[in-house]
Amino acid sequence: MAYTTENNQSGVMTKAIKEGIFAGVIALGMFLLFVGIETYQDINNQLVWRTRWGLLGVFVAVAAIGRFVTVGFIKPHLDSRKLAKAKTGVLEISDEKGFFRTHFLKIALIFLLCYPFLAMLIFGRQGSLKYVDNFGIQILIYVMLAWGLNIVVGLAGLLDLGYVAFYAVGAYSYALLSAHFGFSFWLLLPMAGILAALWGIILGFPVLRLRGDYLAIVTLAFGEIIRLVLINWTDVTRGTFGISGIEKATFFGIWSFDVGAANNFNKAWGLPSSSVYYKMFLFYIILALCMLTAYVTIRLRRMPIGRAWEALREDEIACRSLGINTVTTKLTAFATGAMFGGFAGSFFAARQGFVSPESFVFLESAVILAIVVLGGMGSLTGIAIAAVVMVGGTELLREMEFLKHVFGPDFTPELYRMLLFGLAMVIVMLFKPRGFVGTREPTAFLKERKAVSGSFTKEGHG
Amino acid sequence: MATGTTMTKDAILKVEHLSMKFGGLMAINDFSFEAKRGEITALIGPNGAGKTTVFNCITGFYKPTMGMITLSRENGNEFLLERLRDFEINKVAGVSRTFQNIRLFSGLTVLENLLVAQHNVLMKASGFTVLGLLGLPAYKTAAKEAIDKARYWLELADLIDRADDPAGDLSYGAQRRLEIARAMCTGPELLCLDEPAAGLNPKESLTLNTLLRTIRDGGTSLLLIEHDMSVVMEISDHVVVLEYGQKISDGTPDHVKNDPKVIAAYLGVEDDEVEAIEEKLDEGTV
Ligand SMILES: Nc1ncnc2c1ncn2[C@@H]1O[C@H](COP(=O)(O)OP(=O)(O)O)[C@@H](O)[C@H]1O
Ligand SMILES: [Mg+2]
Repeated sequence: MAYTTENNQSGVMTKAIKEGIFAGVIALGMFLLFVGIETYQDINNQLVWRTRWGLLGVFVAVAAIGRFVTVGFIKPHLDSRKLAKAKTGVLEISDEKGFFRTHFLKIALIFLLCYPFLAMLIFGRQGSLKYVDNFGIQILIYVMLAWGLNIVVGLAGLLDLGYVAFYAVGAYSYALLSAHFGFSFWLLLPMAGILAALWGIILGFPVLRLRGDYLAIVTLAFGEIIRLVLINWTDVTRGTFGISGIEKATFFGIWSFDVGAANNFNKAWGLPSSSVYYKMFLFYIILALCMLTAYVTIRLRRMPIGRAWEALREDEIACRSLGINTVTTKLTAFATGAMFGGFAGSFFAARQGFVSPESFVFLESAVILAIVVLGGMGSLTGIAIAAVVMVGGTELLREMEFLKHVFGPDFTPELYRMLLFGLAMVIVMLFKPRGFVGTREPTAFLKERKAVSGSFTKEGHG
Repeated sequence: MATGTTMTKDAILKVEHLSMKFGGLMAINDFSFEAKRGEITALIGPNGAGKTTVFNCITGFYKPTMGMITLSRENGNEFLLERLRDFEINKVAGVSRTFQNIRLFSGLTVLENLLVAQHNVLMKASGFTVLGLLGLPAYKTAAKEAIDKARYWLELADLIDRADDPAGDLSYGAQRRLEIARAMCTGPELLCLDEPAAGLNPKESLTLNTLLRTIRDGGTSLLLIEHDMSVVMEISDHVVVLEYGQKISDGTPDHVKNDPKVIAAYLGVEDDEVEAIEEKLDEGTV
């Protein structure tokens, strides 16, 4: 091409340097007061201030160099790649997928099945605890919650900001019923789901007449009401103290994981006493629950009810003209989503051994919703990826001790969790406005299954 | 249609003294008409005459201020449409409709649009989802039949090649045909079409007319809104003319075409001139 000459190259470089300096100046202006100066209380409880020029320097340098690299190298590279593709006539959206893409789900499932053992092999028995529990189980809980919420938000297009309420119902159902009646985990797991679904219907009846923003606000309020009831109904829930000593899940009633029990799992199998086996067991339970959620969602999407959910998201008025009872359709979406929230809640209670209203704040709803939106509404794979990135990412932050060397010893990376979460969301939404997986898989086809581009699907309107 | 001609046609839809008020505006004022079974009835009138409002009353999107809308099904059951809930008008009474501004499920494929329309049949076959989830064969055969029905209508609407494309990706004319096919997949006895020919080019308009005739010959009665007279005259058996919410003419296309009131309404002539034309016509016939 005529215009990719030396002359043009140096033009790009000057432009990159200019924009880099410009970005640096803007960053300096923006962060001078926020980052450069810090106020704190000294030993005499007086408010004093000190400067943090080093940190400010890091911020400015990141902005300037980042802009320089983007304009100078990344953009020309992307442009030339696009140009080359256009010349060879290869479309941007190519149908051919590599081996990894076509078998992605199988590979992921096999990896997950081996994951606890791999962790144990690599990090040893105690070292693997962190990987199985903090990463594995934690992420899978969010995958399950997000898949459950996906039915309501992603498929039916009903914006629910109070999903954590059903999680709470599930958790407290297990905690209270096992404490008062001594029912086992395996009995209470379905019961918690059914109770949460019932609450979904109870909430749904008055709320589903509302649309859009109003629906969002009322579900948000419902989430808060449940939390406030949990805090204030102290006779039953013990308020903010929470309920502790919740019974562990048993190995289908055959073996127990309680240390003192006669049929202790570790003893029965001649294993050294360690909590890691219980965690591994929990990992497989939540993995199975996730698979159940995915299976039911996939099956339901191909059933009339699932299609009606998606049709509802696309156009509610057209649905009514086709004889679809939109009220019951919305209610089933709400109840099904709530049921999976309830399952996840009872699992959460069994895993923690302790529940308190602290775990069910609005922020949890927001995080779950963010995962659904980031993943691409309706797409199970996208949502799972988003959960790994978001939850795994925040867990990773805890591990980043080296950041202390950069930002000083009082730097606690966890505190920046939400900042990074927000930043990541903005970035993903800029580049992938429809989430990681923006396309939609059709539920039926005559000749070939073609993914539906995200530009045709709607988000729903409540 | 040997039996159709000998059989006296009964009314499938009877609208009596229908009135609809929006705030101070009387959009429909004491409007009555009948649509015969097996016919194409057209409801015409200038823009803003209240045609869409009549449709919305019939199909349950508006509750009429006054009046009675009776639908008689082939099996003899009668329904007062204004008393049914909006979705029951399709599900129970067998009335389906299209919209003036097309309402498709644009993110679903063409085929999926037609499957959604068969929701109630499939829902029953799947034992309200429970039996279907267990993978019972009854649901599988029902699902196959649903796809066959969809394929039948896709072929009639000339959309079979686009079956797996998103509905939002179709051309305007194809979207209109899909909306009609989708309405037909609910298995209606009365199909109400709101300006199906609006925005179509002459060729698309022609295929549409063929499709509508096929639907009528298949035994479904049609009620059709149009504001373009020429389209209506060609395919309808019976025409009702509405102006400012009131019926000004009712009869065969030929009768309506020569009605001075209709001519006046369409040409925008003053009332006294209408009388003048009427007098002249009277003189001519006497
Ligand atoms: N929902 C509504 N609220 C208020 N006025 C309405 C509404 N729908 C229709 N109208 C009014 O009723 C009259 C008839 O409208 P419409 O039935 O859409 O006419 P047409 O379909 O014959 O062009 C118009 O004056 C219109 O402004
Ligand atoms: Mg209209």
